Amino acid sequence: MNLQKLQAKLLAAARKASPSDHVPFAFEKRIMAHLAKPIADVWSLWGRALWRAAAACVFAMALLGGWSFQTSSDESPDLSQDFENTVFAALDDQSEISITEDEAW
Amino acid sequence: MERTDSELIAAVLKGDAASFEPLIVKYQPRVFATARRYARRESEIEDIVQEIFLKAFNKLKSFRGEAPFEHWLMRLAVRTCYDFLRGHQRNRETAFTELTEPETQWLDRFVVQPDTASENASAARALVDRILLQLSPAARLVITLLEIEERSVKEIAALTGWSVPLVKVRAFRARAEMRKIVAKISRDKYL
Repeated sequence: MNLQKLQAKLLAAARKASPSDHVPFAFEKRIMAHLAKPIADVWSLWGRALWRAAAACVFAMALLGGWSFQTSSDESPDLSQDFENTVFAALDDQSEISITEDEAW
Repeated sequence: MERTDSELIAAVLKGDAASFEPLIVKYQPRVFATARRYARRESEIEDIVQEIFLKAFNKLKSFRGEAPFEHWLMRLAVRTCYDFLRGHQRNRETAFTELTEPETQWLDRFVVQPDTASENASAARALVDRILLQLSPAARLVITLLEIEERSVKEIAALTGWSVPLVKVRAFRARAEMRKIVAKISRDKYL
């Protein structure tokens, strides 16, 4: 079989058969309907998600603040003093340990 | 009075999306014909054409108006079709034992009398479709543009975005790939 001739013949057959340019009915309407849809903007979606997260954080902060104020006012009058004690609690413990170690020597 | 392409494009860019519709109506037959060269199922063809026009709408800002809108749109169409081919290359493998009866008869006629086998026969067209389906996406694109649509290497480079030497290299490889497939037909059928 002459393969080159076969290839040429098949390509000639493809050239003669030009594809149809038929368009389905109202196809342009389908595309226009897609264009009318709002395009999902990644940045606006991200911004909206951040605002929602911020609102949730503010709510949680207000809730915790209210709760801590309530509990601290029952036991001690000074919230700032309680806060300082909590922050420096670890340091106070360490200095106590080093003093006892010095005494042991 | 009918508005020109540049007037319609300017209106779309100003925010009047409805002005895009006359552009679709004008160019959709050509885009459909192009898509039909690369896809077979009508649903796939419609999806490709839709994607082409949606891309055109979204990228319209990048159209500088130096060349006709049609050329810009056809570049977009060819590139979208190429993306489609690359996305569907798994469907390429089909054995030639699956040739239909008319295809086999056409081949038999060609073996006996090569000159009398008609190029107009639907069997020959079906056979060439089968061969094109087995080519790699780049080879199919090059064979379609170069051998079937008879475009020049320069035109293909402009349509695909490839350089002229790359088109030549791919054309060489595509012809070799096609020869291999045609040889496989003869081996499977007649040896």
